[in-house]
Amino acid sequence: MDWFSRNLPYFLAGISVGGQYALIAIGYTMVYGILRLINFAHGDIFMVAGLLMVYLSASLPVFLAIPLVIILTVLIGFTVERVAYKPLRQAPRMSVMISAIGVSYLLQNLALYITGGLAQQYPAIPWVSDQITVFGASTKRVTVITPFLTIILVILLVILIKKTKIGMAMRAASKDFETSQLMGIRINSVISTTFIIGSFLAAIGSLLFFSNYTGVTPTIGTMPGLKAFVAAVFGGIGSIPGAVIGAFIIGICENMIMMLNQYVRFDISNFKDAFAFLLLIIILLFKPTGLFGEKQTDKV
Amino acid sequence: MKKSIVRALTGAAAAAALLVTSVVPAMAETVTIGIYEPASGDNGAGGKQETLGIYYANSVAPTVEIGGVEYEVKLDAVDNESNNDKAVSAASKLVSDGVSVVLGSYGSGVSIAGSQTFADGGVPAIGVTCTNPQVTLGNTHYFRICFLDPFQGTVLANFAKDNFDAQTAYVLTKQGDDYSAGLGHYFTKAFEELGGTVVAETFPEGNSDFTSYITSAKNAGADVIMAPTSTEAAALIIEQAAAQGVEVPLVAGDTWDSNVILNAAKDKAVQIYVTTFYQEGGNAEFDEGMKEFINADSTNLANNGGDDTVAAVTAMGYDAYFTALEAFKAAGSIEPAAVNEALWNVTYDGVCGHIEFDENGDAKRNSAFVKTANTETGAWDFVSEQSIQ
Repeated sequence: MDWFSRNLPYFLAGISVGGQYALIAIGYTMVYGILRLINFAHGDIFMVAGLLMVYLSASLPVFLAIPLVIILTVLIGFTVERVAYKPLRQAPRMSVMISAIGVSYLLQNLALYITGGLAQQYPAIPWVSDQITVFGASTKRVTVITPFLTIILVILLVILIKKTKIGMAMRAASKDFETSQLMGIRINSVISTTFIIGSFLAAIGSLLFFSNYTGVTPTIGTMPGLKAFVAAVFGGIGSIPGAVIGAFIIGICENMIMMLNQYVRFDISNFKDAFAFLLLIIILLFKPTGLFGEKQTDKV
Repeated sequence: MKKSIVRALTGAAAAAALLVTSVVPAMAETVTIGIYEPASGDNGAGGKQETLGIYYANSVAPTVEIGGVEYEVKLDAVDNESNNDKAVSAASKLVSDGVSVVLGSYGSGVSIAGSQTFADGGVPAIGVTCTNPQVTLGNTHYFRICFLDPFQGTVLANFAKDNFDAQTAYVLTKQGDDYSAGLGHYFTKAFEELGGTVVAETFPEGNSDFTSYITSAKNAGADVIMAPTSTEAAALIIEQAAAQGVEVPLVAGDTWDSNVILNAAKDKAVQIYVTTFYQEGGNAEFDEGMKEFINADSTNLANNGGDDTVAAVTAMGYDAYFTALEAFKAAGSIEPAAVNEALWNVTYDGVCGHIEFDENGDAKRNSAFVKTANTETGAWDFVSEQSIQ
């Protein structure tokens, strides 16, 4: 086995998991950009999307189940915002954050109640879950699709934000929340749209993630959610390209650790997760606002 | 106004107390057995199957005669959530509920975590399938009816060496999991003594991406992959091994003996071997009754993973219940301290073999079953019965 085919699977895994983190990270970064809120429930929305797919595909054909999963996930994201965040619009930011943590635990415990705490086997999606061989490395097709799909979705999102009216409203709201309200922007619909986009991407992310790693448990959203959040901070929270690049860097780095592990004498595989967070600390020490973060200037 | 409410409440409480005191003597004498098992978390699937065996045993023998009096046996189940932090409060609940003996837990980590609470409460515990030596070591209240990891690790190492002529083994364990790390360690030790090489890696809690671990196993040129993990991680490992076309066998300990593994491996090109306590078909009468019990109730069926395959842990749960009854009979009392004392001399012939405790409180066992997952039929096939001297 030559070096390339030996180590290609690590790169593939890194890029694919990075793409999945990216889709979740966008949800974090957009909500933060507009509301200055860290939406802790986002990772659990991702988990709920996975569970919905498990249950819906049991009774529906996959091509019907997938759009239904996406619609329901978006609806849940929208409802969470309306019920748990909107009434707290004027409250201190800390209260909204606590509300987000509450939603997160509520979703986890509901899932625990419904599933009985056991891992649910994610259905195999035809074509996407098929086995393929890339340059001698055997993997699932989803691994290869993920980065491309992620990039296409991000490009569409950037176009939406730069070219459309609602996108302009979003940019205005993230620049200055109160002034944009005075300018006649319907802030509630802007925020709802943000949550809808975030949940939509989380649903797509969950389809890709669980096709590869097929067990859905009530707490499965925590780790990808945390990594995606790190990615969003890493890239500069509020910045979409930053979140995407941050996610790819984290996904690739954690798999590079595993690759390096073959060549060192002692076992460093247990630093896989620690590494992502170490990287975050180092970046923040030198660039406190993240890779692409805006400089904060105090208004006089 | 307020006073009248208070008075009404005290009155109601007094009435309730009267009611309770007057009702209790009328009922049969009861003895409570605590079930300390995970119903959620990583080991939820296994914990539920073990609990099923205990409930079935209870339906077979709902009463026991202790010191000439007929006692009704009540079961008090708590969920330790497969989590060492939550385990202590689950254990405390059993102690404060006043159980006479505790059965469990599936998973050595939570057993060790809850052990001190049982010791402080003076309640003896019977480990059903917790195989880590630490569980019973250095205490007098924890017993167990299964074999231990040093034994199981050696059996697996010998099996890999003899049957697959394995030179290199890839050992994958979970960080912070006493069972996983322990069995991995004993396997490594035995395998290296046999002249093999071991490449070891660990994965963190909450990990679901096993791609690069499997790649590492392939790159290391492993002849066998040893992964003593929870069934949840196991399903993902099998999935990933199949996706990357792993041709070498996967071996694991007793946790993998579960229909979660069978379902994950079905129709996939993987070879899986496990060591376990019981092989379905070992006791036809028990199998039949157990299957009937599982199929009779949709909750039981769901708890068993959706089919009526009899898991080894279920059979062990069944044996544990009867071991506890034997202890009650020998003690002639339901006092936890007396039950604890009596347990040392209890012997019982269960469906999984003869049970008799040594000076650590461990059952003397010297053989394990090896079985393999049949990926076509989705059932376990018997391979051999292994013992070491």
